[in-house]
Amino acid sequence: MVNQPAQNERPPEGIKLTPEQEKSRRARNIAIGLAVGFFVVLFYAITVVKVGPAVFNRPL
Amino acid sequence: MSYVSEQNGLDQARISLAGPGDYFALLKPRVMSLVVFTALAGLLVAPGQMNPVIGFTALLAIAIGAGASGALNMWYDADIDAVMTRTRTRPIPAGLILPNEALAFGLFLSVFSVFMLGLVTNWLAAGLLAFTIFFYVVVYTMWLKRSTPQNIVIGGAAGAFPPMVAYAAATGSVSLSSLVLFAIIFVWTPPHFWALALLKSKEYQAVGIPMMPNVKGPDHTRLEILLYTIVLAPLAVVPWLMGFASPVYGAVAISAGLAMLALAVRVFCVRRGQGRDEESDRAAKQLFAFSIVYLFLLFAVIVVENSVSRLGF
Repeated sequence: MVNQPAQNERPPEGIKLTPEQEKSRRARNIAIGLAVGFFVVLFYAITVVKVGPAVFNRPL
Repeated sequence: MSYVSEQNGLDQARISLAGPGDYFALLKPRVMSLVVFTALAGLLVAPGQMNPVIGFTALLAIAIGAGASGALNMWYDADIDAVMTRTRTRPIPAGLILPNEALAFGLFLSVFSVFMLGLVTNWLAAGLLAFTIFFYVVVYTMWLKRSTPQNIVIGGAAGAFPPMVAYAAATGSVSLSSLVLFAIIFVWTPPHFWALALLKSKEYQAVGIPMMPNVKGPDHTRLEILLYTIVLAPLAVVPWLMGFASPVYGAVAISAGLAMLALAVRVFCVRRGQGRDEESDRAAKQLFAFSIVYLFLLFAVIVVENSVSRLGF
């Protein structure tokens, strides 16, 4: 009796991306990275504007 | 099986070919730019000074909230978008983004934009933004759009809220001046959309959307376009009469209002049939195109004159 592979079993070598899939995934990753970086800078600026030097002026 | 479940079931494990531009298209960038513009007017009309970083962030949050509504609208309307020529190249019907991906994207951006606005400005503005998203997605897209020819009249409120949200972000309150800006966009929406609906009535008919020309007929639509424009033209002058816009704005609002009125009268008078089909369609097309210019002009004057006075010129 031959063992049948499970239906959803992935090929042993893994999923190979086509060049188009790799290109679009890379573009998405870069866009997410840029967006995260932008929001880090924005939230830092907002903190400075809203709290300013008073950030150190609080009870410990 | 619905379009959405069909598409999601088809290819759950596929690897997306969608680029950042396709996700950006989900946000309806053209609508978003109009939202940013009208919100900027609301921000500038508000009394008092606002830090530019906070002002920029408030506008960004409003823009992201508007984009999120667009993504959720495209998720829900994917079935009809696939049929209409104007919308069949959108990312979901084009097969670039799965409906569930658009849903997750829209929900994440909705929550993100509301909390960002609330934390950076105040929770009245955040509540108004949340209500705007809810109104556009649930009240307009899911309920009114497919059930009544008054869909864009009531749904138009969603597009009219941004100046009010921005005003609330700047002041923490709602005033008569922000309500006037709301009212201008609210009354502008029906003649703008019905001019387009007159041209695309066959497509709306094909997908079962009860737009005014399909339900009450083109002649009744022309009458309603005219009536709304008769209300709109004097309403647009109110910011000058109330004193939060200059006489220059008043002159622009009066002259552009008369032009809008003339085009609406032409749409009303030139009916299809007796060899005038082309002329009638041209009249509707001109009204649709001019309505965009009209709203842009009104808000551009408000933005420019308030920017100039804030910069101290």
